[in-house]
Amino acid sequence: MRKLALSDEILLSVEKPARYIGGEINMAVKNLADVDIRFCMCFPDVYEIGMSHLGIQIIYDMLNLRDDIYCERVYSPWTDLDKILRDKNIPLFALESQQPVKDFDFLGITLQYEMCYTNILQVLDLSGITLDAADRKEGEPFVIGGGPCAYNPEPIADFFDMFYIGEGETVYYELMDRYKEWKASGKGRKEFLKIAAKLPGIYVPQFYQPVYNKDGTLAEFKPLVPEAPAKVVKQVECSLSETYYPEKPLVPYIKVTQDRVVLEIQRGCIRGCRFCQAGMLYRPIRPRSLSFLKQRAKEMLKSTGHEEITLSSLSSSDYKDLKELVYWLIDEFKDQGINISLPSLRIDEFALDVMSKVQDVRKSSLTFAPEAGTQRLRNVINKGLTEDDILNGAMEAFKGGWNRVKLYFMLGLPGETYNDIEGIAVLSDQIARQYYTIPKEERNGRVNIVTSTSIFVPKPFTPFQWSPMDTKEQARQKRDFLLSKVREQLNAKSIKYNCHDADVSELEGVFARGDRKLCNVIRQAYESGCIYDAWTEYFQPDKWEQAFKDNNADMEFYLRRERAEDELFPWDFIDIGVTKKFLLDEYNNSQAETVTPNCRRQCSGCGAAKFQCGVCVENRDATVPLDLGN
Amino acid sequence: MKARIKFTKAGSMRFIGHLDVMRYFQKAMRRAEINVSYSQGFSPHQLMSFTSPLGIGLSSDAEYLDITLEETDTPQVMADRINAVMNDEIRVKGFTYLKDSAKPSMAALVACDYIIAVKPGKSSPLEEAAFTKEKACKFMLQDKIEVLKKTKKSEKLIDIKQGIYNMACSLKDFEEMVSGKLTENVELCLDKECKAVLCCRLASGSVTNIKPGLVLEEFCRFAGVPYDETVYQVHRLEMYAETGGGFVPMMEYDAVQL
Repeated sequence: MRKLALSDEILLSVEKPARYIGGEINMAVKNLADVDIRFCMCFPDVYEIGMSHLGIQIIYDMLNLRDDIYCERVYSPWTDLDKILRDKNIPLFALESQQPVKDFDFLGITLQYEMCYTNILQVLDLSGITLDAADRKEGEPFVIGGGPCAYNPEPIADFFDMFYIGEGETVYYELMDRYKEWKASGKGRKEFLKIAAKLPGIYVPQFYQPVYNKDGTLAEFKPLVPEAPAKVVKQVECSLSETYYPEKPLVPYIKVTQDRVVLEIQRGCIRGCRFCQAGMLYRPIRPRSLSFLKQRAKEMLKSTGHEEITLSSLSSSDYKDLKELVYWLIDEFKDQGINISLPSLRIDEFALDVMSKVQDVRKSSLTFAPEAGTQRLRNVINKGLTEDDILNGAMEAFKGGWNRVKLYFMLGLPGETYNDIEGIAVLSDQIARQYYTIPKEERNGRVNIVTSTSIFVPKPFTPFQWSPMDTKEQARQKRDFLLSKVREQLNAKSIKYNCHDADVSELEGVFARGDRKLCNVIRQAYESGCIYDAWTEYFQPDKWEQAFKDNNADMEFYLRRERAEDELFPWDFIDIGVTKKFLLDEYNNSQAETVTPNCRRQCSGCGAAKFQCGVCVENRDATVPLDLGN
Repeated sequence: MKARIKFTKAGSMRFIGHLDVMRYFQKAMRRAEINVSYSQGFSPHQLMSFTSPLGIGLSSDAEYLDITLEETDTPQVMADRINAVMNDEIRVKGFTYLKDSAKPSMAALVACDYIIAVKPGKSSPLEEAAFTKEKACKFMLQDKIEVLKKTKKSEKLIDIKQGIYNMACSLKDFEEMVSGKLTENVELCLDKECKAVLCCRLASGSVTNIKPGLVLEEFCRFAGVPYDETVYQVHRLEMYAETGGGFVPMMEYDAVQL
């Protein structure tokens, strides 16, 4: 019988005790005496969210392939257990061995969104790990961060021994080998950090000193030791069909957000939408081979017993063999009662055919993400989805029996006017009008349109990294204006409008382009009780406000400035391949409302070609239409 | 072909709720590549039903599920195939085919046996066997046993006496009392460090359903022992249907040889 870290009493007193017992199907089981390195992988949010993350499953599988490494997992304890662990002084533990995290060699934390930052401190604190990396003692785990927010790690730099910039498949084994050598050498903690700093893609924040100008902007970002390179280059896995990808993913007992097999068909995106960070970070686009995907799909469905498989990528329609893959999945698995879910598909004849085969038309909805309400603004953001695409796609779907449409837009995009916002209401209405052109006897009841807006947050490594973000007041005004415009539409009753909370977006905006001065703000917010900031019911804006005030940090500085073209950004020491010059050109193109073609049609010289793989080494095809995509 | 599976639930799996156990079995059937019958429609689901949900925290030697299969093999082979893809704490202990006319086990259920044990590291006056035995006798000699049942809307007194068929303070006494061997050749999956203090057979199912926790609480009150639910591990030992001849374990009810 497995020994659990928590007593029956505690487990029976918390919500969903299955979050803390581990023992899931396909969990790695190893004898601690047989391994040299204990690595604890953390997703700093609740179990159901963390377990749904593909990246952790990939690295978990990859590290556990090695006999000398035991990779385990930990997630943020929910607030009920958080309190119990503090009251009873129980150290946070990993799910596999149920042993304290502080006894591990590494604690790897994935950074998927800015609003999890206080949860990182929660995990460190509950584990009994010194919060400040520079103050950590010999024997404490090395805390390593990775994932999209590691591309601007500065607001949380103090809490990490190192960040891994790039894709996990590439450097982890080498880091582990160096660690074993270092451990055998008996040298001190700093020595290992120096060894790590020399590895490609590894950033050790305590070896760098930011120097600020009087106005608070960055003057210089100085490496302090010879081992620390001035530029840290993002690591890219070039052969995605010959690399690590789990054949036996973990199967949780409780229902998690992503309760299905996830098949990552490609990494990267050719589109170059100017608001999208992932589209720049993961360049160049690299597809996995059809045979690799078929083999993994079969294997993963068999080893997990999941009843659903989903394809994952930034834009599935751009996967060249999509038709073949999808029809193969349907032929192979549909009779076994397996659902096939297809997110991010451009709505065309193929998509509708597939959707009618795999979904219940009456219950499913069409999704479009025009992002902006007018063609002018879509040109500004380089979103190649035209009104015709949407209206024609919707019409085809309506004829096929669909009557629900979801539309996603952003408010606060650079260069947005009230005319563009009104365009959101107008476009929503046009889709409804399109529906009612179908004769009544052929229609399937009323049309149902859900229009959602989120608030645009400028992100590092995008052409809009120079742009100011809207104030809460502006966001509110725009939202109210849009609501009033929606109500004026002919089909107002068929359109439901949802919008995103402005408070949380502001903080996200600050951290996205923040600098190292914010570490103290985050620490104070955590110490005053902030955790689970991404969860509206736990978000405490007043405490955050106080933390900014007490640390003389001004949110306006991070949010509202239009940054100068030559400003040195806190994340500029990272080289993602895509150059700052390209981003600046794109920023200027956006202001000129000029569209940049996608990578398959024409290379725009973004800089990602230095990695020598994916689309960068494919032949370009001038016949690829400009306006593909969804 | 209809079939019934008997399984255990112990250790950390005590903290997995009923609905999650269902999901667990659905996925296990797929992993075992057992050809299960599906419902029709756009989101087909496996034809599978459970006899009686086990509360979170309880362990069991005898949980049951009924399933409809498109394939058959010997019961042993079927059980082995499923066990090959299961974890260590939910194990198939029996497999039988059922008559086509078999009614769902949840409708057939009339009684369950439970062991109530003191958890490791805990203690209770009920561990004093002579004391518990005397109290158990007196408890069962009462004309009625009224307990306050709380629902969302109201509280009312109900008599649970008719629903407590037997009660003993050791497994041996209990087996004598119900004249059946419950643990012959069986290693209980109740945590070995738990000390059994009470065994009882309680009415279960759709007509009368008496929860062991309720009986224990009332018994403690009757015996003048403070009731602390965290002290006790409740373990389900068997489930029964009823025939003209009395209670039969669910595994034997409506069963057929292939």
